[in-house]
Amino acid sequence: MERTETREELIYSLQNKATDLRRKIIELAVIAGGGHLGGALSAIDLLVVLYYHILRIDPKNPRWEERDRFILSKGHGALALCPVLADRGFFPEELLATFNRLDSPFGMHPDRNKVPGVEMSTGSLGHGLGVAIGVALSGRLDRANWRVYCLLGDGECHEGSVWEAAMAAAHYKLGNLCAIVDRNMFCIDGPTEKIMALEPFKRKWEAFGWNAIEVDGHDFSQLIDVFESLPPVTSPVPTVVIAKTIKGKGVSFMEGQGAWHYGGLDSEKERRALEDIERLRPKSKLRS
Amino acid sequence: MAEGISYTVYELYKDLTQTEVYGQTLVELAKKDERIVALTADLARSTKIGVFFDAFPERAFNFGVAEQNMMAAAAGFAISGKLPYVSTFAVFASMRTAEFVRTDIAYPNLPVRIIATHAGVSFGQAGTTHHCTEDLGILRTMANMTIVVPADSIETAQFVKASVDWPGPLYCRIGRGLEPLAYLEEDYGFKIGKSVLMRDGKDLTVIACGVAVLPACEVADELTGEGISLRVINMHTIKPIDREAVIKAAEETKGIITAEEHNIIGGLGSAVAEVLAEAGLATRFRRLGIPDVYSVIGYPEDLYHRYGIDYEGLLRAVKEMLGMETKGEQ
Repeated sequence: MERTETREELIYSLQNKATDLRRKIIELAVIAGGGHLGGALSAIDLLVVLYYHILRIDPKNPRWEERDRFILSKGHGALALCPVLADRGFFPEELLATFNRLDSPFGMHPDRNKVPGVEMSTGSLGHGLGVAIGVALSGRLDRANWRVYCLLGDGECHEGSVWEAAMAAAHYKLGNLCAIVDRNMFCIDGPTEKIMALEPFKRKWEAFGWNAIEVDGHDFSQLIDVFESLPPVTSPVPTVVIAKTIKGKGVSFMEGQGAWHYGGLDSEKERRALEDIERLRPKSKLRS
Repeated sequence: MAEGISYTVYELYKDLTQTEVYGQTLVELAKKDERIVALTADLARSTKIGVFFDAFPERAFNFGVAEQNMMAAAAGFAISGKLPYVSTFAVFASMRTAEFVRTDIAYPNLPVRIIATHAGVSFGQAGTTHHCTEDLGILRTMANMTIVVPADSIETAQFVKASVDWPGPLYCRIGRGLEPLAYLEEDYGFKIGKSVLMRDGKDLTVIACGVAVLPACEVADELTGEGISLRVINMHTIKPIDREAVIKAAEETKGIITAEEHNIIGGLGSAVAEVLAEAGLATRFRRLGIPDVYSVIGYPEDLYHRYGIDYEGLLRAVKEMLGMETKGEQ
């Protein structure tokens, strides 16, 4: 019989997994000839806590009716999502070797008709939350108890359609919807607050009628607490988790550097990146 | 009224606009099919989908004046196994939300049914901001998209029934007014992608869609008395276009005129021209429609007359192509 995992063990295993996946993101960016590294590394801890602890999914049956739905509204996070889906067993990891190549199922933005486990084809910003509204309303119509999670970028929240969706989620009382914003403080051209200010960001969501929670997007203890204690799906208020993250998290020369929104790695940079990432690996497995 | 008309059908449809027929037909279908949901953006009354909202309030969703979010949500319903029917004005369905239709619906090939009302110049007095003479051109370039322009209320009902089991996305454009019926019965074998031979003839062919179909038929009937046989094809499906019917018309008649409530660029006329050119068929050819200008303000009938897609305009165009004398009307 499986032994109950302690909280320390859980945090250890998630941190360890996140380290593995950060390495895979770097390796995939090398295969792909470049990628959205900054936003992949800022979002990966969120994806790890969701895909390895929170989401009810069945990789062998990607369209299982009772699954939780995850929509990557910041579609340029495919560099992070695809290795996660491969590692969870939605498809063989070797397939990622074709990334960005002619006729590959995998590119900078995910395609639901080509990649098992991808709920919606995304890439153009400001679409995913609206799609999630339709999914959440459908779930309510079917009296389902699964939840819809939707990960947005912070720069994405410049799009007016995000706020159309925010209004609708509150209007339709979609407690089965959880938006997550990867608040890494950067859009392509620079800091969000310099390009087009989003603050006071939390208050904006609250004013739109959302239950808004701020969290350190790289602290697994906090992330576990927040996602484990979301209001029930029948609650009348949608929740947004504003995850404060660091663009390029884990790689010293990328952290907080807007220029690493998209970039490529030569072998020296790849070596240094992997070296940095190893430093995030938790030291030793705690035993109960 | 012609001989052989089914009075029941005529009575059923004669006092209903296309939009009313759409709403009522959808309500009937939704009684049997729980997948059907209806979406609008503060135009439930104007698009006449309000009857669905009354009949199935729990399956009807108003998104307020926010069309982009409505289209995205329609995609969300579709990936969740629902059959969303989205109703708004054509100008918003095709342009305000174009990238949402393309990226969220057409690209993933989802079974969303976009019912675009007040299309063409059918909302004439509302002015150019509310006319939509570009949608066919825009939607035609979206892969996976099927585009239907019913000729009247009877065809609208046939389309709505046929739409339920259509696998991919659909864009259907209808008018708003009480247009006279082009058909006399329901059982003419409507099939998405297959044109309808309204009148057979050998001299010329008019390929029409929407409000231009009935006047084309009337011109054909009129010219019969002058010994001219005019073929009239109702090309209700703009994409995929019925290539065979176009090629036959080019081979069997001496010229083709297209007629549509749309810019002559990008719509039915362009689609027919593409078929002709690729088939290597040279024939006399003319496109009737809005001549690449912004349509002016006016009542729809006056605008149909101005742009030559009413009875007089079509008669004149046919006679010109046949080299017959025409009266000196504008």
